[in-house]
Amino acid sequence: MRPLQIIACVKVVPKPEEVKVDTKTMTIERGEVRSEINPPDMNVLEMALTLKEQHGGKVTVIAMGPPLFEPYMRLALAMGADEAYLLSDRAFAAADTLATSYALAQGIRKIGDYDLILCGEESSDGATAQVPPGIAEWLETSQITYAEDLEVLSDSKMVKAKRELAGGYEVIQVPLPCTVSVKIGANEPRFMDMERKVWAEADGPVTVWAASDIDVEAEMIGLPGSPTIVDGLAQAESTERKREFLEGTPEEQAKVLVERLRPYL
Amino acid sequence: MTKSLYGAKEASGIWIYLEQSQGQLEGVSLELVGKARELADGRGIPIVGVLLGDQVGDLAQEAIAAGADEVRVADDPLLRQYTTDGYARVVTEIILEGKPDILLLGATPDGRDLAGRIAVRLRTGLTADCTDLKLEEKSGLLIGEVWGFGGGVIAYIKCPDNRPQMATVRAGVFAVPKPDAARKGKVVNVPVKLSEKDIKVQVLEHVVGGGVDITRAEVLVAAGRGCQGDFTLVNELASLLDGEVGWSRVPVDEGWVSRDGMIGQTGYTTRPKLAIVCGISGAFQFTVGVEKAETIVAINIDAEAPIFEAADYCIVDDMFNVLPPLIEAVKKARGGNGGR
Ligand SMILES: Cc1cc2nc3c(=O)[nH]c(=O)nc-3n(C[C@H](O)[C@H](O)[C@H](O)COP(=O)(O)OP(=O)(O)OC[C@H]3O[C@@H](n4cnc5c(N)ncnc54)[C@H](O)[C@@H]3O)c2cc1C
Ligand SMILES: Nc1ncnc2c1ncn2[C@@H]1O[C@H](COP(=O)(O)O)[C@@H](O)[C@H]1O
Repeated sequence: MRPLQIIACVKVVPKPEEVKVDTKTMTIERGEVRSEINPPDMNVLEMALTLKEQHGGKVTVIAMGPPLFEPYMRLALAMGADEAYLLSDRAFAAADTLATSYALAQGIRKIGDYDLILCGEESSDGATAQVPPGIAEWLETSQITYAEDLEVLSDSKMVKAKRELAGGYEVIQVPLPCTVSVKIGANEPRFMDMERKVWAEADGPVTVWAASDIDVEAEMIGLPGSPTIVDGLAQAESTERKREFLEGTPEEQAKVLVERLRPYL
Repeated sequence: MTKSLYGAKEASGIWIYLEQSQGQLEGVSLELVGKARELADGRGIPIVGVLLGDQVGDLAQEAIAAGADEVRVADDPLLRQYTTDGYARVVTEIILEGKPDILLLGATPDGRDLAGRIAVRLRTGLTADCTDLKLEEKSGLLIGEVWGFGGGVIAYIKCPDNRPQMATVRAGVFAVPKPDAARKGKVVNVPVKLSEKDIKVQVLEHVVGGGVDITRAEVLVAAGRGCQGDFTLVNELASLLDGEVGWSRVPVDEGWVSRDGMIGQTGYTTRPKLAIVCGISGAFQFTVGVEKAETIVAINIDAEAPIFEAADYCIVDDMFNVLPPLIEAVKKARGGNGGR
């Protein structure tokens, strides 16, 4: 079978529980916040590495983000990816999904050879799930969103997957190249290989590309390339709750609870 | 600036993509028609539905009864099932012909699959997964409210220059409008220029239906990892309360249940009167899906679990110790009431 060229789109996100809004300036306080690989993108890496084991080939990681992404690219190499490209430039900053998918698509074009572009179902910070179909459109590939059980039929140059629907699923088959968004939890991500980690941190091939290194039009990336703008931010207000802790044995608690819930019974 | 294929000056109307599956409209599409009607009233903005499928013309009247002024129907055997390539092509043609100012879609798997694709094709902005929609007082621009960063932060997003202003909205965010069977509207059949070779997607298997709709449940009993895959007591309590059963993400990922009843950011937004949440830690991504409940009960073995911050009545104990006496107590209370 023909070896597979797999691109894995991996984003680095702030840990959601640590993000706060500065309600005075209405900006997001990211200073002290720790980051992680977007959890659904761990499912991407696992799927990419499994497919590589089945078919041979290469897993190339791509991300667009600030330099702080770089160590996480090396974690992906430590898991088993072959090389990584980081699109990093102030000019890419503040991109919405149109500008993000465009920049990633142009980065992927520059990498050149690809059969499969794997993305996560959604990012935990952006949470749009719109970047993968966006990349598919820019590159005019087929697409499968919310995919699991991916099967590459190399001879016919097709890919088959189970895809989630509202209240059900379907199994579809589309031609390669294909952009896929991998269903969250589709697999159990492997751990890093400790020997690879040492190599990845010292010599792992991570290439940083500025906007001028790839073929992008300045007015189509970053803030200028983003038709949507953030008009305001607010800290989510949670509904005031009673937070009454019930006491006693389970029987006693049950009895009190039923009293409290009378209106609903 | 990336220019859209048409501009604000030529654009008018709020359009809704009417998603159907096997001859039934998705509830979220009607919810969007109802919300659009509310936004449009007093402003004289037309509400137009876009409906694709095979022999689905009958559904147009449902959208009109819900508040649409007009429905454009693309009916063709090649549109019998959703395919990204077929649907993206036809919807794009209809949009370029009609030039809507605003285009709304349900944030279902197919709705998001389509929205992300055509937003790039039209070179326009898309606000994904809105939890509310407004029109800006002066400009009439669409403002989408979205939850970011796992739910802690709300952002208001608009798309000033590119058209259509696109947004997706989850099921259950808006109420289903009361149908008015007497409402009159226009149904326009649009010609479909598709051939078999335009559709590269082969649908080999398609299984939907049978699931319950937890977005409409008045009572919801939910369980997470803490139930260890055993929903027996949870089911019993739910049926005793004439409610439905829901769950967090973990039971889906563990393969205990399907995604039908999943609550939260990647699941459903629910608004029950009463939610009883068992063995769920209360991560943001879960809590956003139940926080519209009137009353929340949490049962969790861990007193520090964040779910207790979002609950009215808190029981720190093993759900398997609490549910049996709770079921008995509910039976007794309802018996005392003479049942329902
Ligand atoms: C992008 C993204 C999107 C997500 N979307 C969603 C979503 O839509 N919905 C969602 O739910 N999650 C979502 N998640 C996952 C979410 O972050 C949490 O991991 C998930 O909600 C945890 O589920 P849980 O509470 O059932 O499991 P856990 O966090 O493992 O909690 C189990 C709880 O059960 C308690 N427990 C254990 N045994 C018992 C017992 N016998 N009796 C009582 N209590 C017991 C424990 O104390 C613990 O608090 C998403 C994550 C990401 C990254
Ligand atoms: N800046 C980025 N760099 C790399 N991949 C990204 C980026 N933004 C989004 N993606 C990919 O697109 C998926 C969906 O992201 P989103 O559309 O933001 O919800 C993520 O899981 C990633 O695989």
